[in-house]
Parts: sequence; structure tokens; C-alpha cells
Amino acid sequence: MAPLLQVDNLTIRFPRAEPVRDLSFEISQGETLAIVGESGSGKSLTALALMQLLPRAARIANGSISFGGRDLTKLGAREMRHLRGREIAMIFQEPMTSLNPVMTIGRQIAEVLQVHEKLSSRAARERAIELLRLVRIPAPEKRVDDYPHQLSGGMRQRVMIAIAVACKPKLLIADEPTTALDVTIQAQVLDLLDTLRRELQMAVVLITHDLGVVAQWADKVVVMYAGRKVEQALPDDLFNDPLHPYTRGLLAASPRLKHDFHYRDGALTEIPGSIVSAVGETGCPFRPRCNQARASCSHHVPQLTVPAEDRLVACPFTTSIKAVPHAAALSL
Amino acid sequence: MPLLSVSDLKTHYKSRDGLLRAVDGIDLVVERGETVGLVGESGCGKSTLGKTVLRLVDPTAGRIEFKGEDITVLDQRSLQSVRKSIQMIFQDPYASLNPRQTIGEILEAPLIVHKVGDRTERRQIIANIVAKVGLPSESINRYPHEFSGGQRQRIGIARALLLNPELIVCDEPVSALDLSIQAQILNLLVEMKKEFGLSYLFISHDLSVVRYFADRVMVMYLGRIVESADNATLWSDPRHPYTRALMDAVPDPARPRQAAPLGGDLPSPSDIPSGCRFHTRCPLATDLCRADEPEFRAIAPGHQVACHFADSIN
Repeated sequence: MAPLLQVDNLTIRFPRAEPVRDLSFEISQGETLAIVGESGSGKSLTALALMQLLPRAARIANGSISFGGRDLTKLGAREMRHLRGREIAMIFQEPMTSLNPVMTIGRQIAEVLQVHEKLSSRAARERAIELLRLVRIPAPEKRVDDYPHQLSGGMRQRVMIAIAVACKPKLLIADEPTTALDVTIQAQVLDLLDTLRRELQMAVVLITHDLGVVAQWADKVVVMYAGRKVEQALPDDLFNDPLHPYTRGLLAASPRLKHDFHYRDGALTEIPGSIVSAVGETGCPFRPRCNQARASCSHHVPQLTVPAEDRLVACPFTTSIKAVPHAAALSL
Repeated sequence: MPLLSVSDLKTHYKSRDGLLRAVDGIDLVVERGETVGLVGESGCGKSTLGKTVLRLVDPTAGRIEFKGEDITVLDQRSLQSVRKSIQMIFQDPYASLNPRQTIGEILEAPLIVHKVGDRTERRQIIANIVAKVGLPSESINRYPHEFSGGQRQRIGIARALLLNPELIVCDEPVSALDLSIQAQILNLLVEMKKEFGLSYLFISHDLSVVRYFADRVMVMYLGRIVESADNATLWSDPRHPYTRALMDAVPDPARPRQAAPLGGDLPSPSDIPSGCRFHTRCPLATDLCRADEPEFRAIAPGHQVACHFADSIN
């Protein structure tokens, strides 16, 4: 089966920077693909490119985004408007800034249905109540007339999700959907997203910095660093046997993955420096922070290779550490 | 005598929705050299508690003793000397640094306020501290926007250390930072603790960070502490259903996914539920819980829980 979405060699250019370079990935119907990275990795710009909502100063300098056989980079504004909200929808980190504060949540949901499905306002309101029920908002008949500020953060994110799935999109892009939420609420919202993914057979692009979320919710993971894909794997492979030095560094730096490790036992493994150090570098973008860097790393950007089935890594010097037990691997 | 001792502390705000009971009767002790982790979700009052300890917010009732002295009764002038000994590190270092001042100027201000040394001595102190927190010496001539998030937090830490404090209240100090930078800052805080013999009150919503960083952990829910234990005990034998739910809700790669442990939302601190304040979300709630607020009681030495069923939970 052809993938639902196929991104090929995507490069996003600003006048003085290329924050996303040569990025390729694909996602099939019903699948959850996680894109992980830190701030500055280009993961959010990638999401905006999929929606064709890049900031004015940015343009797609190279590559294609094929969705259901059409190249989104070549669609006009009008055609894209037709797709957006109907076949591709997006939810953001901070629901309060994406919801209109002076419009009831019911009207905001109904608006999507009136525009895309040409429902009457009465029918749209009925559907809005159904959608609020679908995203498990209690007493939806009453809540439909609430304004965003009357809802908690978790409830607002549910409303955003209701708007996003109103037209049963084929692809949902979720950019840090639970980062602003408390951990008990995060679990509820992720549960909800996953249930909807199954019920509506949506593909989900989940953009996150949270490795725990990735491990539990993704079918496939792309790790980005400084605008490039540095590793791709199934979650189990990624956590049991990370290949790229950056992925290894991230796992080692994460206190969550070291259960009984306490500051009295020793320091956390650091990745020195910051992602800013990749700016203007030639060669491997991770080289300035890499503890295994060699002279040749500065010569050219490492190509992605296929070290095993379903895996990609952009580091020529990596060797599998699979022979080593899990815990030892993490304390590299 | 403990370094900090807080008893029956209440901080209430008047709001449009009525009385907001942000901190609603808290006992807390920080011993010298100890790191106490305070965990809770947004709206539980943990930041208000931190600010009240510094008297940045005035308490409604209760006592705050610092080295045996009741600081709740001090006027602003007498507070100055106490503030030298209790410092704070904030979540967003950028918001707490004046964008128009150089790092040198930012760091000199507290020294001037507290009349420390002359100009040359102050420069020396600043140069020392800048080196200690791992910033290049030329940083003092630069402005906050020229630094990355992790470096800005180093500046925040340098400022907190300048006056040789004994206690630092850290309010979500690594929450705004990327994972690779979090480890750098946590390591720095540990180093500084060892070097200066500091004690920390470490406020965080992130259980895994607290697990690594704290000696003792207090779990806060709607203005109250619901469980308190030393780090190892809390994680091996949590007794409050809320503590357990918090732990289960953290997505952990080493564990298969499970259903969300808690339904519902945090109730509003201006409308705290009757009886046990957790009963509206608690999977184990009974009529007793709806009627009677459980006492915060010791179930083992050093392990306190506010739950009617703390002994039978397993």
C-alpha cells in the first residue's frame, strides 16, 4: 500500500538559514509517527510545512510533500485551504492561543463543519455537541456554549482535538499536544488521541521532545537534530539499541530512564554545549557536541545508512551496542 | 534545629471566584544540607508555597521559621538580612533577567543592595561566580538575549549564589530546558550544593527529575501535602492514591502503556471538595472520604500520608 504521506528531501529555507534540510519520511494510514527533537531541531517547522503554513520569510527550497498522490508544495492556496481542516488537521501545544477567546467553543467547532461540510448552523451545532462527547467533555450540551477561558487546559486541548477531527481527517499533526498539560491530564489526552486514531483510521504525526511519550505511543520514530534526520527506528529498537551518538546522549541524559539513579550515586550524563553550536558548521551537525567525533566528521554531512531492517542512522562510526544489556547501554 | 521549618502555613488570595486557598495548611521542614522535592501539578499551590517561604507573598496564617527565627513577623527592613540567606531560582530565567542590563550589572545589583565590598571586590566576586557556574568570563559584558536557555539558567544560578545563601528555593528550574541541557543544569546544582553546603527546596512537576534530585519528597495536592517520605521509600512504597497515579501517569519506555490512571480535572482551589480533597478523582474513594478530611499522619518513621486507607493500600 502506498504511504498516505511521503516527504522527500524537504529543505526549508529562510533568507539566512536552512532550519530543515534533506528531510524524508513517510507515514501510512492509521500509523503514528513520532518526530523527536529539541528546540531548534526543525520539528515544528516541518509540521507547519505539512500544513503549508510556513512563516512568510520561509520557503520550501527543495523536496516534495506527497499526500494521497498530490504534491502539497505545488498546490495553490485555494486547493490547500480545501485540504486543510478537512483531510489534514493540526493541533498545537498551547490550545489557549489557538482558540478564539471571544467565540464559544461550540461555534468554533461548528465553523469548521459549516465551511467544509456545508452543514446548516443547527446541524453543525448538533454535530459540535456530538464531537464534544466524542472527546469526553462532560455535559457537552452545556459546555458547547462555554468560552475557552471557562475551560481547564486539558479541556481546551480536547476542544482543539474536537475541531481537528470534526471532518474526519486522514492525517492529524499534533505538535507537542500535551507539553503544556499536567502529567495526569497528559495521559488522558494521549489516550483520547490514540482512541480517535483507531476509530477514525487516522495517521498521526506526533511531534514531541518527550522520549517517554514516544516510547509508549509511536509506531515509528524519527530523531531530528539541527534540521536533519539523524536516526529512524521502531521505538523498541531505538530505546534498546540507540545508534546515533545524539540519541544515545539523549537517553543517557534522561533521569526518567534511570530509575534508581540518584544524585548521590553520580552525575547525569551530559551532552556538552547546545544545539546553537551546529549553526554554520560544515559536516555532521552534531560534531561539536559529539564525544566520538573525528576529523573526518567535519568534511561532509554523514549520509543515512540502513544498519538493520526498519532502521536508519546518519553516523558512519556507530556500532550496535545490542550485545550489552539495557541498563549498561544507557550509562554510556 | 532545622534550617527551615514551616508550620500550618496558609496563603489565601481573594479572587473573583471567592477565596482561593492556594496553600492551605502545610507543615514542612528542610534540614541543613538537605534537598526537599515538592511535587505537584499546576494549581496545587507549590509555587505560592515557594514564594511564601521567601515572603515574596505574605502568608495568611502559620509560621515560617528560618534558623529558629519566625520570619513571618519581620518587617521589610529586617527581612533583608534573611533574604540574603534564602535565594530563589526561577523557571524562566529570561523573564527574570533585565534585558537592558549586562550580566555584570545584573549580578552586581544584589551585591550593592546588600552593601557587599567595594567595586573591585564586587568584580572579583562576580568573576568567581561566573566561572563557577561554567560561563565564559566575557559573559559579564553581554546581554541576556545573547545567551541560550541553559546559559541563562546558569546566570540565574550565579545570581542566587552571589550572597552565599544557605537555602535556595528552586521553582521548576529545568522545566523550560531541553533534555540535553537539563542534565547540565541539574549536575551544576548538585556541584554547587556540595561546594557551598546548600539546602534546596526543589519545586517541580516532573517526578523523574525529583527522583534523581531530592533527598526527601513531598507530594502536594490542592494546597496540602498528601504524602511525604524519603526518596527511596516514596518510590518503593507510595501510599497515597494520588502519588501512585502521578507515578503511573509518567510515560515510561521500560513499561507497557496503561490507561490514564486518573479521570477528571484538578478541582479549583477556590472550590476545594469536602472531606478528602482528592476524593473527586480518587479511584478508592468511599463515603468516609467524602465526609472526613484525613489526617496527615505518620505510618512509619519519616513517612506521612493523608489518606484514610494508607495502611491498607497495596
